[in-house]
Amino acid sequence: MRFAVIQFGGSNCDRDTVYVLRDVCGVDTDLVWYKEGLKRPYDAVILPGGFSYGDYLRAGAIAARTPIMADVVRHDREGGLVLGICNGAQIGSESGLVPGTFTLNAYPKFVSRPVYLRVENTASPFTSLYRQGEVVRMPIAHKEGRYVAPPDVIERLFRENRVAFRFCDEHGRVTPESNPNGSMEGITGVLNSAGNVLLMMPHPERASEKVLGSESGRQIFNSMIAHIECRGSGNKISNGAES
Amino acid sequence: MKYDATITIALKEGMLDPEARAIQHALAALGFETEKLTTARLFRITLDAPDRDAAYAEAERMCERLLANPVIHRYTVEVTG
Repeated sequence: MRFAVIQFGGSNCDRDTVYVLRDVCGVDTDLVWYKEGLKRPYDAVILPGGFSYGDYLRAGAIAARTPIMADVVRHDREGGLVLGICNGAQIGSESGLVPGTFTLNAYPKFVSRPVYLRVENTASPFTSLYRQGEVVRMPIAHKEGRYVAPPDVIERLFRENRVAFRFCDEHGRVTPESNPNGSMEGITGVLNSAGNVLLMMPHPERASEKVLGSESGRQIFNSMIAHIECRGSGNKISNGAES
Repeated sequence: MKYDATITIALKEGMLDPEARAIQHALAALGFETEKLTTARLFRITLDAPDRDAAYAEAERMCERLLANPVIHRYTVEVTG
């Protein structure tokens, strides 16, 4: 089993993510510079957080048009797992991996603090180790994290059980007050139609050790590892469905 | 032949524009009452093309491929030269 973490110019959560995967979760992980492309098959590809290309134009817009993203799209179509975290989620949505986009927060400033999330889906390869409706705590750190999509897309995401996480209060209630960026329906974790891509604004790699105040983010990486172990490394499912 | 394209990218009607709202509040604090305020981004691009229509089409392709995000944006293109 092997993971790749893609390092773009301006990524800054790449090494944290590699550390969590290698040293905390114990999985072989390559840090891949974006100009190198994906030169070998991977079981999972992670687009880490940061400020690729200084967030110029729109967060994630320029990184999304680099050639390595064509490799990531191919990996997705072959059924490989893709996890986009924060700037990685912005890059993923700009690449069309899931519908909708992450744009300027409703209150247009950078927000960096721990938030509560409600787990909405425990059937995905990323969330199988959570309990349905479990309330978990992870940090957010972004200015462009408000999830926006046309109303019919939002309706479809709920109908197809593709919302992984919603912002909530400590009791699991999804309220306007517990929504730190104005995301539609408090959505902050979105799955593609085949379930092998998750884009999320919160940072699970910053909530993967007790010393950091929360370990609940590690369950995402452990869920991915369990999923790959279960299906067998390298035996990718075939989908080809549109996101 | 050289052409100048002016591309304006704005949020679709009805989309929340937090930046515009903050600017409107700041103007109000200075005593400027405004009924409506929206923001847009303007790109001025000089490009080579066989004719004006081709320059226009090229600028539109730039919007589709990178400059605009179809989920939230609309754009207009003007070509002179």
